[in-house]
Amino acid sequence: MSAPVTIFVPGDASACSLGADRVARAIEAEAARAGRAVRVVRNGSRGLFWLEPLVEVVTAAGRVAYGPVTVGDVPKLLAAGLLEGGAHALCLGDIGTHPYLASQQRLTGSRLGIVDPASLDDYLAHGGYRGLEAALAMPPLDIVRAITESGLRGRGGAAFPTGIKWQTVHDQYVEQKYIACNADEGDSGTFSDRMLMEGDPFSLIEGMTIAGIAVGATQGYIYLRIEYPHAARALARALIIARERGYLGANLRGSGRRFDIAVRLGAGAYICGEETSMLESLEGRRGEVRVRPPLPAIKGLFGRPTVVNNVVTLATVPIVLARGAQFYKDFGAARSRGTIPLQLAGNVKQGGLVERAFGLTVKELVYDYGGGSASGRPVRAVQIGGPLGAYLPASQFDTPLEYEALTAKNALLGHGGVVVFDDHVNMARMARYALEFCAVESCGKCTPCRIGSTRGVELMDRIIAGRAEAARPAAPKDAPHASRDAAHKADLALLDELCDTMFNGSLCGLGGLTPYPVRSAMQHFPEDFQRPN
Amino acid sequence: MNNEAEKIRRSVANAVQKFAGEPGPLLEILHAVQNELGCVPAEAVPQIADALNLSRAEVHGVISFYHHFRESAPGHYVVQLCRAEACQAMNSRALEEFVRGTLRLNFGETTPDGRITLEPVYCLGNCACAPSMMVNGELHGRVTPESFGAIAREWGVVP
Repeated sequence: MSAPVTIFVPGDASACSLGADRVARAIEAEAARAGRAVRVVRNGSRGLFWLEPLVEVVTAAGRVAYGPVTVGDVPKLLAAGLLEGGAHALCLGDIGTHPYLASQQRLTGSRLGIVDPASLDDYLAHGGYRGLEAALAMPPLDIVRAITESGLRGRGGAAFPTGIKWQTVHDQYVEQKYIACNADEGDSGTFSDRMLMEGDPFSLIEGMTIAGIAVGATQGYIYLRIEYPHAARALARALIIARERGYLGANLRGSGRRFDIAVRLGAGAYICGEETSMLESLEGRRGEVRVRPPLPAIKGLFGRPTVVNNVVTLATVPIVLARGAQFYKDFGAARSRGTIPLQLAGNVKQGGLVERAFGLTVKELVYDYGGGSASGRPVRAVQIGGPLGAYLPASQFDTPLEYEALTAKNALLGHGGVVVFDDHVNMARMARYALEFCAVESCGKCTPCRIGSTRGVELMDRIIAGRAEAARPAAPKDAPHASRDAAHKADLALLDELCDTMFNGSLCGLGGLTPYPVRSAMQHFPEDFQRPN
Repeated sequence: MNNEAEKIRRSVANAVQKFAGEPGPLLEILHAVQNELGCVPAEAVPQIADALNLSRAEVHGVISFYHHFRESAPGHYVVQLCRAEACQAMNSRALEEFVRGTLRLNFGETTPDGRITLEPVYCLGNCACAPSMMVNGELHGRVTPESFGAIAREWGVVP
């Protein structure tokens, strides 16, 4: 019998949500029936989700892709010579040359969909652990300097310079320090953390290990949201392998340095993505936000100096060490250095992961990559940066996706999620939803967020009802239209004032940034809020 | 001592033994108990509080803070329907109406026969394949009324 043919079928959660598990089983069953030996590898996703499940076959001429593959396609694909990379309507050839991928600048996500996430050898063969190797040969302060010089800023949403955070932790003369990875990726429209943990978990482990060596921490925690069971399994598997092979533990690669990582599961609270709330949760308490100062870098987890970084940030660290700060810094625009894995989602034809140097415009992302709306209707708005991010109208789609350019438009890049809406969207309903979400997820510690969100929902209900009512002819018992128009205007003014209070008075970003979606919706789409004349 | 109380006592004791030595172990213990029993029953609270030298109020406060922890067991099928923006952009509001109507449930409710529980969830990280739903840990993408109806029929629910 000839050597088994290697077939990649993504084990990525999104691919599985479209039937990848069933496709993998069907390929094994059909191949067995045909007497052919196959080895099915469950890789991560390449991030072209309209083509998932994307099956790749390893042939003498390289990897040949097919997609989107359904269970029903499998027998026909095998008959068409799938195992030899045979021609078929679903055949995409070498997916790496697909324009969607070929035009990207994948640094952080360079191994996504390519390697077997359960194989350390595969990781090593694709450039893995070169960053750690370099770091182990450097004085810790030089590692911190390299991160500072690279210009890397926190990819979780706050965009704080990573090197400065590390420097602060490095400078604390305390025996016990921690690395806490924020894997509580709760923003709607984002999935880059999830894809990395599922598709290339060793990159996160390596990044955390480098962080530990740099600042003098020996223990890391990954705070993972409970909604990500696939990522939990991938991380658990990778951590065991890394420990077995000496990439974690008491004597890292024989260097005498110690570092280990534990995964802690969240329990369905959006607020725990806020760093101090996450620390409270890691300590086993209610995820209530802490008052800053002290900063987590000085007094963080269990009261010790703690580096809190997002998954993408930490998974980017190995590249900076392996290729040098300058290499990374050469990508990007203005003060946004390096690349950003953008996530294109919602009502879009070609949703997925687009990693590019900062500076791509919304228009390029939504149309050149996304191909416009999935419904075929005109795109009316995008929301950037999750539920606390602003809505942008089509007239502002020339804005580059870069920290300062978005700030100038009263918007945020956040964690890099872009959600597309067609012209069926009712922006008053989206504003109401933003406030409702804030009410559901508020930790309750500060009043502007806890009470303000609920009062905001009530106001939005009145505004929405006021619009509906204005469209109807007045009944004799109703107040005259003029006074109801005045009351409606007063409600809108009150909502704006409430946004002011939440923005200025909240303890953290949940209450403080909820005004972004609300105000941007009011500002750019007033026709959805005002009473018709 | 009846069987149910003994089962809870043992589950808590096992979880405490496994995690009490770790720093900040309460969430780990609650996860372990809920994974085994399907919920964290009120009877478990004093025992957990004693073991960790916390007040009952503190333990209860943590259980009630997190959406994931529950004090009574859910239905055999737990349907978590995403309500977040990316799913809304793909018409999840209409899907939500359909699911609620089909199951005759509001969010947070369980069917009278105890088989199906409907819960809201805010993002499953499947935003490029919206609308999304998770059923007992299994993720479903691009859910339509038709595809949900097919699943519901498997459970004996007639849409």
